[in-house]
Amino acid sequence: MSDKTMSAQDVVGRLESGMTLGIGGWGSRRKPMALVRALLRSEITDLTVVSYGGPDVGLLAAAGRIRTLVTAFVTLDSVPLEPHYRAARERGAFELREVDEAMFMWGLHAAANRLPFLPVRAGLGSDVMRDPGLRTVTSPYPDAVSGRREEFVAMPALRLDAALVHMNRADRAGNGQYLGPDPYFDDLFCEAADATYVSCERIVDTAELTKEAAPQTLLLQRSSVTGVVETPNGAHFTSCVPDYGRDEAFQRLYATTPYAEFAERFLGGGEHAYQSAVHTWRKERER
Amino acid sequence: MDATRAEYCVIACAEAWRGDGEVLASPMGLIPSVGARLARHTFSPDLLLTDGEALLVGPDGTPEGWLPYRRHLTTVTGGRRHVMMGASQIDRFGNQNIACVGDWSRPRRQLLGVRGAPVNTLNNPTSYWIPRHSPRVFVERVDLVCGVGYDRAGAAGPSATRFHRLPRVVTDLAVLDFATPDHSMRLVSVHPGVTVEQVEGATGFALAVPDEVPFTREPTAEELELIRTVIDPDGLREREVPDPRDGGTRGGGARERDVPRAGGTRGGKAPAGPGGGGR
Repeated sequence: MSDKTMSAQDVVGRLESGMTLGIGGWGSRRKPMALVRALLRSEITDLTVVSYGGPDVGLLAAAGRIRTLVTAFVTLDSVPLEPHYRAARERGAFELREVDEAMFMWGLHAAANRLPFLPVRAGLGSDVMRDPGLRTVTSPYPDAVSGRREEFVAMPALRLDAALVHMNRADRAGNGQYLGPDPYFDDLFCEAADATYVSCERIVDTAELTKEAAPQTLLLQRSSVTGVVETPNGAHFTSCVPDYGRDEAFQRLYATTPYAEFAERFLGGGEHAYQSAVHTWRKERER
Repeated sequence: MDATRAEYCVIACAEAWRGDGEVLASPMGLIPSVGARLARHTFSPDLLLTDGEALLVGPDGTPEGWLPYRRHLTTVTGGRRHVMMGASQIDRFGNQNIACVGDWSRPRRQLLGVRGAPVNTLNNPTSYWIPRHSPRVFVERVDLVCGVGYDRAGAAGPSATRFHRLPRVVTDLAVLDFATPDHSMRLVSVHPGVTVEQVEGATGFALAVPDEVPFTREPTAEELELIRTVIDPDGLREREVPDPRDGGTRGGGARERDVPRAGGTRGGKAPAGPGGGGR
């Protein structure tokens, strides 16, 4: 088995401007924030971002890196509206392709299964159908009761150039493990992408993965993973249970600080500088 | 012990799930959450509830099942669910908006996004909770159709109408539904202390109003006891809907007046306390 470990900087070195980038997690939950921060330190821009959006989208939108966003929402969960995303959207900073939460999932399923689309009922009658890229498809099978052939939304595949996800644990080969209550859709993001980069709280020996946790926590297979990055506290300030919960106080700071000011204080240096700056901020606050 | 306005709202929300049987109750927002758990404790004991995260839990918080987002979405499309969502705008045929105010391509105010409103409304019964009944929310036309109303579902054809149903709309003033020949919104009951004229004045379109409009029913002594001592002992409900007799300034509290607490496929955070199960 090949050793796929790399640094966050190595990951960013494999990404390019103009790519379609899927970001795992959900809202302000288990987001690959260390990889997003590394992306912010690069010059990469003009991205099509595919995400159940949280502060990952807020940061990239505020920094002007998004050309097109594909999403069903952007939220900080405990703060319903993502202020930086909101500001960027209200100034027309990027194109939005807005789909429903279920449509989004089926778009990933289609991509993971190498299908051009999958039929979904969701979307019909709603204004998501204003997207000129969305078409409908008619069932070839008449309904047993009515005899009618139902028409559905043909949700196009959300194929990704690259996916970024964050796990609780992984081995060096790319087997990824979540230990919290919800896998979200990280396996689908990986299977829908040409290249997948997994950050994790801790890289462990393969044998360690199932020593205390059940095999069904092994969400990601190494065959769909390109690189593994060890980034302790790498989902901060989003939640990464059971390793840690959301840093609500820091998230509030993020939500109430102008982006430029936040970036200057926390995003100027590398990941170590970020974690130190957060630590310093916390100490100041405790005083 | 007189019931407060918030408690009438809880009762009216709980009634949404009466007779639903063994389905997932997905309340979004505090008062619907108290209502769903009241229904579970009393007249709808077979309801399923979540902890607001990925677990199905009993009234005392005991996990009884696993419901991560992916399975939640199957519960939606399988139809064994009744959600109560918020609405930043709702129109007379039940079209709902939680995404943005103004032109979608360059919104005046970006809100939550469509979230799960399209999938919810086409697949499982969808009710609404609106904590401040006003013409800003009850509009002639919503800026963006997230949750699908009866006219738009009808126009979209049989696949859209097949499982589409909007059982009720509960507000701080009244209970409404769409049980009219053209499925336009109708006044069902007003909460004690509220007049029909008051509701009409707070609604930005013509409501169907029957000759006799009853009051929302009284809570039973058992229900009041459950609300006050078991489900919401800290009285968080009174903050979401202040009682008018307290001289509480209506509209106080929430800063983002247009923003429902949640609009997704997952329920809102439950209040703390026994059975709260909030994580």
